[in-house]
Amino acid sequence: MTPALEVESLTKRFGGITASDACSFSVEEGQLTGLIGPNGSGKTTVLNMVSGHVRPDGGSVRLYGRRISGKSPTVPYRLGLARTFQRARVFPSVTVRQNMHVSVPTYGLNILKWGVDGTVRERALELLEDFRLYRMADVPAGELSYGQQKLLEFAMVLMSRPKVLLLDEPTAGVNPILIDTMVEQIRRLHDEGVTIVVVEHNMEFVMSLCGHLVVLNHGQVLCEGPPDEVQTSELVLDAYLGS
Amino acid sequence: MLRVAIVFGPLVVFPLVTNSSATWLINIGVFTLMFAGLATAWNLIAGYTGYITLGNMAFFGLGAYGIELVFQHVGVGAGWWPFLMVPVVGLGVALISLPIGWVAYRTRALSFIIVTIVLVVVLQYLALNLTSLTGGSLGISMPTPQFAPGTFERIFYFVMAALFALSLGACWYVRQSRLGLMMFAVRDDEDKASGIGVNVAVPKLIAFSASAFLSAMFGAVWAYYLATIYPQFAFDAEFTSMAIILIGFLGGAGTLWGPTVGAFILVPAQQYMAFTLGANDYYLIGYAAVFAVVMLTMRRGIVPTINDLLDRRRRGRISQLGAPRSTGAPVAEPLEAAVGSAPQ
Repeated sequence: MTPALEVESLTKRFGGITASDACSFSVEEGQLTGLIGPNGSGKTTVLNMVSGHVRPDGGSVRLYGRRISGKSPTVPYRLGLARTFQRARVFPSVTVRQNMHVSVPTYGLNILKWGVDGTVRERALELLEDFRLYRMADVPAGELSYGQQKLLEFAMVLMSRPKVLLLDEPTAGVNPILIDTMVEQIRRLHDEGVTIVVVEHNMEFVMSLCGHLVVLNHGQVLCEGPPDEVQTSELVLDAYLGS
Repeated sequence: MLRVAIVFGPLVVFPLVTNSSATWLINIGVFTLMFAGLATAWNLIAGYTGYITLGNMAFFGLGAYGIELVFQHVGVGAGWWPFLMVPVVGLGVALISLPIGWVAYRTRALSFIIVTIVLVVVLQYLALNLTSLTGGSLGISMPTPQFAPGTFERIFYFVMAALFALSLGACWYVRQSRLGLMMFAVRDDEDKASGIGVNVAVPKLIAFSASAFLSAMFGAVWAYYLATIYPQFAFDAEFTSMAIILIGFLGGAGTLWGPTVGAFILVPAQQYMAFTLGANDYYLIGYAAVFAVVMLTMRRGIVPTINDLLDRRRRGRISQLGAPRSTGAPVAEPLEAAVGSAPQ
């Protein structure tokens, strides 16, 4: 079976620094994968290349066998690959509700249609309720707290019903109550069969959630496997603690 | 609806009740409506997609010379027919604007401002030098409109009012549609917008060419009204370009009514002072003073400042009653309440 996501010798250099050095791994459909590694190991760069926000210098990314690397981020999103950012990015000047509405891809002349479709409105309210943001639906997104903005960003990308979800540090800068909401939603999506890749520093979070880990170091895959195996690996301990 | 009636009611009544000898008053009305419409069209690009443009005068000027070409090559007389050609000129300019927009959008933010103002300057030099087409710096004359002296100003007043209503209506419609949301998304965070499936080129180019379409129609009517056009006024990179932006920021960029409010304050003030202070340029000082005072007291423009005040007052009243902030929402669960007030 074709894996949901296939990353093949993905390379990116910024000046003299090689942020990602022929990085390869693949993610099976329905898997919840943690992408971990010490600071500067290239996790976010890899994520940026997969989502199309950074153009790779070499290598390829395939979504269900279809090449998506080197295209504008619009293309993978419309094919069912969505991502969130390390620092929450929402549209601050429009309301929470409108943030949700704008996240549904619209084609052709439909952009000129008056108002918002009933199904889209309902889906938005459902998600806002799930993420406990319902009460804030008509508040400009810029007025939400940082943690709420992260939840909103997460809820927004779900508007497109993505098949593959990339989450860049979903718990960073978020208070514990909101983290619970976040974990609850990630679990639920996993149960629904969504393929998820999480970049995370919070080890407790990663170990309890992920079924599969990919460890990066210096832009390369150091090791791969289930959490308990990775945890005891000599290579990983060396990378994190220094040998 | 109430706001529409408040604005358009007096607009329709104004020329009918003015003494027919006071044409200068209606003349001020014509220019006020023109600038209100031009600033509203500017708002479509600058206020909604966040790309501050100084280049809308390019399309205004192209519209002016467009109607001149119509007079030269199509027998439309000098009565009502030229008005029917105005939308045709507008469409032509909108088509021209698409490749220009495509090039200009290679840049962002400050570079975009420079690119768009250079566009006006380049076209002005072209108009100054293509003398066979434009008459160069001597200007070119068109047939004088054949309307009775008493109704002449009023006819142009109502044409400008119709174009202004069209601009405002277009903005209003855009704000209610998906297209408007896409524009706001581009304004707030263009990269994020493309990351959630918004094809950012579409809202940007639509805003650009729609704005060009509207500006060109104003240019065409303006040219017919004055009957003589000079390159330095048709493609005015200084006064008129700046006036549109000042009006937009004064009223509040990004709002529906901001540019209208700005124009109705700034243009009559400027025209009145130009009229009373005569041939010297002192009126420009008064003009700048009006702008400075408003911007110092309301930094984000008039409409957003007033909206904020109303919003705060409404919220203040609601919180006194102890009700949740957004109306119509269900009562919060305890956890939501905790989340809502948790410090970050």
